[in-house]
Amino acid sequence: MEAIVEQLTECVVKANKNKQALCIRGGGSKDFYGNARALRYPKLEIRPYQGIVDYEPSELVVSARAGTPLNELESLLSEHGQMLAFEPPDFNGAATLGGCIAAGLSGPRRGYAGAARDFVLGVKLLDGRGRILNFGGRVMKNVAGYDVSRLMTGAMGTLGVILEASLKVLPKPESERTLCFELPVEEALETMRRCAGQTLPVSATCHIDRRLYIRLSGIESAVDAAHVKLGGDEFGDNLSFWESIKNQTHPFFRGNKRLWRLSVKSTAPPFSITCEQAIEWGGALRWFAAAEDCTATAVRAQAEKAGGHAMLFRGKDPNISAFHPLPPALLKIHRRLKRQFDPAGIFNPQRLFPEF
Amino acid sequence: MPRANLVKAFRKLLPSESVLFEPEDLRPYECDGLSAYRQMPMIAVLPSNEAEIIEILKICTAEKIPVVARGAGTGLSGGALPHADGVLLSLAKLNEILEIDPDACTARVQPGVRNLAISEASEAYGLYYAPDPSSQIACTIGGNVAENSGGVHCLKYGLTVHNILKLRVLTIEGDSLEIGSEALDSSGFDLLALMTGSEGMLGIITEITVKLLPKPETAQLVMAAFDDVEKAGAAVANIIQAGIVPAGLEMMDRMTIAAVEDFIHAGYDPDAAAIVLCESDGSNEEVADEIEKIRDIMHMSGAVRIDTARNEAERRRFWAGRKAAFPAAGRVSPDYYCMDGTIPRKHLAEVLRRIEDLSSEFGLRCMNVFHAGDGNLHPLILYDANRSGELEKAEAFGARILEICIEAGGSLTGEHGVGIEKLNQMCLQFGEAERDIFHAVKAAFDPDALLNPGKAIPSLRRCAEFGAMHVHRGEEKFPDLPRF
Repeated sequence: MEAIVEQLTECVVKANKNKQALCIRGGGSKDFYGNARALRYPKLEIRPYQGIVDYEPSELVVSARAGTPLNELESLLSEHGQMLAFEPPDFNGAATLGGCIAAGLSGPRRGYAGAARDFVLGVKLLDGRGRILNFGGRVMKNVAGYDVSRLMTGAMGTLGVILEASLKVLPKPESERTLCFELPVEEALETMRRCAGQTLPVSATCHIDRRLYIRLSGIESAVDAAHVKLGGDEFGDNLSFWESIKNQTHPFFRGNKRLWRLSVKSTAPPFSITCEQAIEWGGALRWFAAAEDCTATAVRAQAEKAGGHAMLFRGKDPNISAFHPLPPALLKIHRRLKRQFDPAGIFNPQRLFPEF
Repeated sequence: MPRANLVKAFRKLLPSESVLFEPEDLRPYECDGLSAYRQMPMIAVLPSNEAEIIEILKICTAEKIPVVARGAGTGLSGGALPHADGVLLSLAKLNEILEIDPDACTARVQPGVRNLAISEASEAYGLYYAPDPSSQIACTIGGNVAENSGGVHCLKYGLTVHNILKLRVLTIEGDSLEIGSEALDSSGFDLLALMTGSEGMLGIITEITVKLLPKPETAQLVMAAFDDVEKAGAAVANIIQAGIVPAGLEMMDRMTIAAVEDFIHAGYDPDAAAIVLCESDGSNEEVADEIEKIRDIMHMSGAVRIDTARNEAERRRFWAGRKAAFPAAGRVSPDYYCMDGTIPRKHLAEVLRRIEDLSSEFGLRCMNVFHAGDGNLHPLILYDANRSGELEKAEAFGARILEICIEAGGSLTGEHGVGIEKLNQMCLQFGEAERDIFHAVKAAFDPDALLNPGKAIPSLRRCAEFGAMHVHRGEEKFPDLPRF
């Protein structure tokens, strides 16, 4: 395995010297995601660097190499009654741990259990100068130095190559049940809001096709009690429904329209845009399947008004930045950080923002 | 700019009682909760709004004057220790709760608001702010963000970084940044995580939006006594392995139990070698079920006594003992020095044994309290500052404890921060390249290194000097770390 690290390091050192841009790549399950330009550069393949480095269930921590397939990691955790609580998507099944952290995407449980960044405890990183760096660690609490590990989460590989990551894991719930309600969007949002203010064992919510789905996870008695409180019908196909939302195999996500992801304040009112919409995370995540005449400017203005941002999730367009543009003061900090971690600008140029 | 001119400039911006420069006025600011380190600032300023801070920073930037931000001054690592040639920027007057949004379960507050005040103000809506550092009556939310504070409930509810949504930050260059948002994520790098725990080195926080949680229906506590520390450690691991994430999971050793019992009469077993407190919270059904499981596991793990609090008063009394561990140390010793290492839990017994050996080696007593659930150890080294050489001995003892934590695969600080106190050990936990990146991160926000200079991240030179003297029993420790 160490030979692979040597190879990767050598590649990066050479690229840094020659200012040769690289496309960092794990399983390629998220090629659709982010700005396309970076994909044309020579690939730095991370997939061969795989394997669990350390896992002790009673410590609630797992460390693995970046190329480790996400589904392998998750089945190992599952054998021990544990899970990645942020429920990361693995899309076509090829997703790797490194890509999962670099993209920082979280699934249906995010609104209730936390995001990928919340579970990252440490990373081993290859920076733009070819140095191998260790940040964070394998302990739950650690305030020594700046939180560079979390900074890598969602940076789309633009700051360095994640070689290894340590994550906090959680026990799987004893029992899980999904309730289903026929509700228009206003009432669905109101129900989601009411749930958030109570100690109910809600682990996911989704409003799609005029139905509100609420997943309850916890000990049997608590799930029963919550079911009584909320009412509603039990939805039989619990597992595959949430899989289809997480991995976007549900027909809503599969049309040929552009898919916008709006991350907004959970209490934002329904959007008045004319397109198909789905809602997750208790109202904090809104999906638009929009025709092309629905402009980026219009969508982004709506997201900003609702206290958040909009990302063009699927349906790349060279004229539209996939991620919501930054205000100048924040962009300045981003550029400086980029220059410090990757002085020659070799890692995934423009995958995140057109500016670097 | 000479001090007199600077005072004049600040007095144009602020009322004269908010610009302090006489020694007797500056005295209260000479240290934070780590009183072994003291330094008078050149000037202390107490602005009452963001506009005033902007103007203060403009002057400091133009004149290249260091700025040290301060909340309530309860920090335990000297993070708010003033700079001799610098301005101490107190944020205590920015103490308003600006908005509580019960529908979104958020609160927007100024940095000088006390941690507990947020929960008190949210109570009417059945909500609270989860992170509860033991100083929560006094410490401010701004300081909590700067240190990424934890508390006894963070195993289940997370640290500060997991419980904030958005910050307003002023950079030393005069930019106003909105970091994070009212949504659950933001575009670009996770600067919210980078700011959290940055110890006042990257920017001045002027507003914080925190998440609020619904108050659990009920909470219940199990207290288990063990005749052996190792068994207590195993009980903690067994609880986690059984799929339980308790709301609190704390442990105390024999000396702590004795000191606390003498002081608070919490009802702890005075013959126990260790006591584990395990709390469950949530709905009535969840708690009843979980408490039964916890009792079974304690029993299986060899507890000699298991008590479930019979009522709320008893639950509070069991907790009172744990929360009084620090003052109890103050009763049995004129001074104590609190450490904050974290370790993978499996090494607990071994680390405690090594601390015991060091205790005899240095001839100083040591009490151990432990956030057992998340592996955060607080050894309290007892010493007498009036005895010549004892403070130095306590510091050397403390430094060795941190080194043991690092060797065990842990960290030198779980929640108190590096501050001025643990700079040397940072040279051991991180290599030159990592420290270089830390300096680079600082430079991205603060190119002239004016914010809290000399804290949190040791200079390369300091590490070189520390490395040169850090030779133990004739052999260099950590031979795999780069040396120069």
